[in-house]
Amino acid sequence: MTEKNYTTVSIPKPLAKKIKKRMEGTGFNSMSSYVTYVLRQVISSMEEEEKAEEFSKEDEEKVKERLRALGYLD
Amino acid sequence: MSTPHGGTLVDHTASKKKSARLKEETREMKSIRLTSGLRKDVQNLANGVYSPLTGFLCGNDFDWVLEESRLSDDTPWTLPIILDVTEEQRKELSIGEEISLLTEEEEPFATLEVEELYGFDKKRMARKIYGTEDQDHPGVKRVMNMKDHLVGGDILQFKKNSTDFEKFHLTPKETRILFREKGWRTIVGFQTRNVPHMGHEYVQKTALSFVDGIFINPIIGKKKAGDYRDEVILAAYDTLMDKYYLKGRAVMSILEAEMRYAGPKEAVFHAIMRKNFGCTHFIVGRDHAGVGDYYGPYDAQDIFDEFPDLDITPVFFKSFTYCEKCGGAVDGHICPHDDKNRENFSGTKMRNMFKEGKTPPEHMMRPEVAKTVLRYEDKFVGDQK
Repeated sequence: MTEKNYTTVSIPKPLAKKIKKRMEGTGFNSMSSYVTYVLRQVISSMEEEEKAEEFSKEDEEKVKERLRALGYLD
Repeated sequence: MSTPHGGTLVDHTASKKKSARLKEETREMKSIRLTSGLRKDVQNLANGVYSPLTGFLCGNDFDWVLEESRLSDDTPWTLPIILDVTEEQRKELSIGEEISLLTEEEEPFATLEVEELYGFDKKRMARKIYGTEDQDHPGVKRVMNMKDHLVGGDILQFKKNSTDFEKFHLTPKETRILFREKGWRTIVGFQTRNVPHMGHEYVQKTALSFVDGIFINPIIGKKKAGDYRDEVILAAYDTLMDKYYLKGRAVMSILEAEMRYAGPKEAVFHAIMRKNFGCTHFIVGRDHAGVGDYYGPYDAQDIFDEFPDLDITPVFFKSFTYCEKCGGAVDGHICPHDDKNRENFSGTKMRNMFKEGKTPPEHMMRPEVAKTVLRYEDKFVGDQK
């Protein structure tokens, strides 16, 4: 992708050293791609915990009625 | 259960009242006639199968999908959902305009709000999505035959597509409510285009051992000559599930979509769609969604390493065979015997037997399933008289 889709963040140098060490043998070829991978994983699991699914009562009843009619629900 | 991809299950179907109004209003609108494949895309956009997409991609998202396999908000997304138009159609359309989308029979069934009109490089798209520009690849051929411009924008569907398989057609909203009512927290999705043989049953039941339920989700749509007809696949699965699956642990519903044969990228796309149906796991086999020898046998499994934020767990199966000594379906992880004891579950061989009116042996296919298939005079695409 073109560079305009990327931005730079600053992290403490000791942390960068730790990340570099942690990267060894992982197959990642740059610290940026490794940090991107880890952050995506962290953010996605946080988002997953925050979400609750809701349908309106009317929707639920309509759906359940169809599922019963088709034999999916008793 | 998985949360919908991108966080929200999209519902772009019009209310009854709005549908009645749109039926009238669309008569006055400019219109575009869609192929049956695009019509399926509209339905999948409308009922949330393609969540978080709410319409056909605009240029920025299109570029992101091609270059990064993500939408511009960083959500994983591997195949562009796009609407192509001719130069003449592009000239007639204006940004912000609401247009009518027509079925192949020229019946209005949805609207599109034109957000962007843009050109695209077909060879680049072929390279990025299919990894080749070779027009022998059916996906590439399809791209090269597309019209020259794309139109992006949100859709709203006011008339459901008709299907011959209404009984087996569930939307993501319906499967999510169904899974919850069944008390399933973990669900494995299984994609298929074939009648089930013993190898499929082995894979499905192995995965099912670790989760609450299995969602068998055959793709229904355009097929190649010689493929099993849709009704044959559904009847065969119906028989298998009736005789050999616990009623409370397996659900089958169809997915109306077209195969793109994009191998690894399509495998991720297939997983995303099943996540929207509520699946927490998705079975990925050898050469999933591949064609010819364009992709390595396990490329479609390796690609999942690039998506730590997919939020659906892929379940990988290597090749599996029947082992005479073990007396059942096995894979390389569990069978110590050598190749001379093994027999491949050859779909071609079973198809040829059916063509001759013969029943495949019991270690290859359940007799009840074979009997169901044999009941059909027109078993394969192209057989119809």
